[in-house]
Amino acid sequence: MALLLKNGRLVDPEVGLDVVADMIVRDGRIVEIGEDLTIPKGQTIECAEKIVVPGLVDLHTHLREPGREDKETVASGTRAAAHGGFTAVCAMPNTSPICDTGSKVRFLIERAAETGVVRVYPVGSLTAKQEGEAIAEIGDMVAEGAVAFSDDGRGVQDAGMMRRVMDYAKAFDTVVVSHCEDESLAAGGVVNEGVVSTRLGLAGWPAAAEEIAVARDIRLAELTGCRLHLAHLSTAGSVELVREAKAAGLAVTAEVTPHHLFLDEDAIGRSYDTNLKMNPPLRTAEDREALVEALLDGTIDCIATDHAPHARHEKELEFELAPFGTTGLETALSLVITHLVQPGRMAWSDVVRALAHAPRAAFGLPAVRLEAGSVADLTIIDPEAKVEVTREWFASKSGNSAFLGATLLGRATDVLVEGRFALKNGKAVD
Amino acid sequence: MSPLACQHIMTMDDLTAEDITTILDTAESFKEVNERRIKKLPTLRGRTIINLFLEPSTRTRMSFEIAAKRLSADGVNMTASASATVKGESLRDTAKTLSAMACDLVVVRHKYAGAPQVLAECMDAHVINGGDGMNQHPTQALLDLFTMRQHTGRLEGLTVGIVGDICHSRVAGSLVPALNKMGATPIIIAPPTLLPARPDVLGARVATSLDAVLPELDIVYMLRIQMERAAGMPFPSVREYARFYGMNETRLAAANPDMLVMHPGPMNRGVEVSSAVADSPRAIVLDQVNAGVAVRMAVMYLLLGGESGGAAA
Repeated sequence: MALLLKNGRLVDPEVGLDVVADMIVRDGRIVEIGEDLTIPKGQTIECAEKIVVPGLVDLHTHLREPGREDKETVASGTRAAAHGGFTAVCAMPNTSPICDTGSKVRFLIERAAETGVVRVYPVGSLTAKQEGEAIAEIGDMVAEGAVAFSDDGRGVQDAGMMRRVMDYAKAFDTVVVSHCEDESLAAGGVVNEGVVSTRLGLAGWPAAAEEIAVARDIRLAELTGCRLHLAHLSTAGSVELVREAKAAGLAVTAEVTPHHLFLDEDAIGRSYDTNLKMNPPLRTAEDREALVEALLDGTIDCIATDHAPHARHEKELEFELAPFGTTGLETALSLVITHLVQPGRMAWSDVVRALAHAPRAAFGLPAVRLEAGSVADLTIIDPEAKVEVTREWFASKSGNSAFLGATLLGRATDVLVEGRFALKNGKAVD
Repeated sequence: MSPLACQHIMTMDDLTAEDITTILDTAESFKEVNERRIKKLPTLRGRTIINLFLEPSTRTRMSFEIAAKRLSADGVNMTASASATVKGESLRDTAKTLSAMACDLVVVRHKYAGAPQVLAECMDAHVINGGDGMNQHPTQALLDLFTMRQHTGRLEGLTVGIVGDICHSRVAGSLVPALNKMGATPIIIAPPTLLPARPDVLGARVATSLDAVLPELDIVYMLRIQMERAAGMPFPSVREYARFYGMNETRLAAANPDMLVMHPGPMNRGVEVSSAVADSPRAIVLDQVNAGVAVRMAVMYLLLGGESGGAAA
C-alpha cells in the first residue's frame, strides 16, 4: 500500500533537509520526496503544521518480559514506545531470567515479531547472570541479534573483569554499555548525596560513585580499543570526563535521560514521592544544567529514556524500599519539545540528531534518512498538541512516571515502522 | 481546635517556635501530674491511641504508652513481630487498616524515613513520629528542649554541642532544627565519617574536634555510638573514638563548670560517656527520660484538641 504524507515539515540534518514537502512511502520505503506529489491510490495523511522526522530510537528501555509481565510486556512496552514517537527500542537484559545467552535473545526477537509494534533490539548482558564474574556468551548473542551489551542496573564492579569483557567484545565488533556506579561508594544510597540526603535523612549516592566508574571505563576503552557507551549520565563531572575522552578521539558515546535533564533533586520533598527515586539519582540543578549544555554541544550524544516500569504496589512502599526508576517512553519527546525546543534552546534538527541518528550510530543500528530508498521508519509530530500527563495518558502497563501531573507541549501523532502504522492519530495500533 | 498550627508532628518543620513553647509549657503542668500519687487525668478518655512500633524500641514505646495511659486514652501497641508487616502487608495497607478501626492518634516508629508521611496520607488520625529511619525523632528533641529549659531556665542563647553519629542520627536530625527554632546554637561534633553530606543544610556549625569547642558549650549532648554496623566502621576502634569524642572526667573538668551532659539513651558506658560522667550530677539523662512522659502527654493532648497550659490543673 502506498502512503502520501502531505505538506509536512521534513527535518533530517543528515541529508540537509528542513522543508515543507510531500513524501511517498511504498512497500516500507520512502520512494519520493518533493512538492505537490500525488499517488494514484493509497492513503493520504495530512501533515500540515506537523513535523516529519526519521523514527526515534530509545537505547535504554526495560520491557520486563520475560519475568515481570505484570509491569510491562513486549506488547505493552512497544505500544508505549509508539505512543511516545519511537520506532525502535533497545531492550535491557535485566529481565528474569537475565538475557545472557543467544536463546534468550532469540526469545525476545520472536516475542517482538509476534506481539510488538515497533522494532525491538535486544541488549545482552556483559557477564553471565549479570553477576560480574564470568563473560556472558556475547558471540552467541550477537549471532542471534543482540546489538549491544550491558549489565544495566548493576555495573561491572571489578575493573579487571570489565577489561576482559571489553577486550572480548571487540571480536564481535559490538559496543559495551556501562552502567557507571561504584557500589562501594554508592552502596545503599537512594538519593543524591548532599542537600536532599541530609534534609530527608536518606542514604546518599555521591556523584563521585558515578564519575569514578566513568573515568575507569574511559581508560579501559582506551586500553582495549572497545567501543564504549555510557548509560544515563547524571553529573557535571561525568560530562567533563566524556568531553575529555571525545577530545582525545576515543570511541565513546553517552546518553542522558529526560528525568536527569528536566528534574533535579530539589523536586524530592517531604512527600517522599517514590516516582522520583531513580538510579542514578536526580542530581543538583547545576548538574542538570551541565547535562543540558552537554546535550546541546554534542558531548552527550543522545537522549535515552531508561523507561523503568514498576508495579504500583512496589512504588507505594517506603522510599528506601521502593524500586528505582521512572517510566519515560511516553513523555520523552514532549519534554524535549516543552523544555528545549519551545524556549528556543534546541533546533528540530538537533532533536532528530539526539533522538534518531545518534542513538542508531551509538549502537550501530541501520540508518534511517529522509531520502528515497531509505526504510520508512518515521515519526510525525504535532509540536503544538497539549499533553496532560496522567495515568490515563500511558499505554505502558505501569504509571510510575516522575512527570505525573505535568502539562507538556507537543507529541507524536503517527509512527510508521517500515511503512506500517504503529501509532495512528495518536492511538497505538493493535 | 488544637492550639498547635499542625495536624501531625512528623518533623520539626511541622512546629513553629510558638508551638514548641506551647508544648513545653503544657508539659510543665503534666510533669506536675506525674509527681502526684494518682498520676492520671481523664482528659483523653474515650480516645484511641495506637503505638505502631515497627522497629524495636523499649524506652520510647514505654514513654508513649505511659503518657497515653496517664491521659486515660485507650492505648494499643502494635509491634513489628506481632504486626501484619511480617506477613508482607505494606505500610499503606497497615495504615488504612488502622484507620478503619477509627483510631484518633498513631505514634509510629519505623526503620525507614518518611513513614509518618505515608501514615498521614492514608489515615484520618493524627500522626506523631516516634522516629523514622535516619531522619527525625521530634518528641525526643522536644523532651530535650524541655530538660534544657528546666535546668538552665532558657533556650535562647544556649550553645549545645551534639557529639557522635550525626549522619545516622534521627535524634540530631530533629534536635538541630529544634535548637535553631528556639534561638539556641547547635554545634555538631564528629569525625568527618560520621557527619552528613551537607551539615550546612541542617543549620549547624561543624567541628571535628570536641576539645576545641568544649569550653564554648553550655550543654554537651552525647549520641549513642552504634557498634553493630554492617558496612565498614566509620572509625578505627571504640578505644580511639572514646579518646577523641568520649565525655570523660578530664573533659568535664576542662569544660565550662556549669556545662550539663545529656544523652538520649541507651548509653554505651566507656564509649561515648564514661561511668563517672554518666553518674555525675552534671549528667541529666534521667531528667530527659522523666520529661519524655510529660512532653508526650503534652503533644497527645494538644493534637487531640486540648487547650494549652492549664489542662492539668
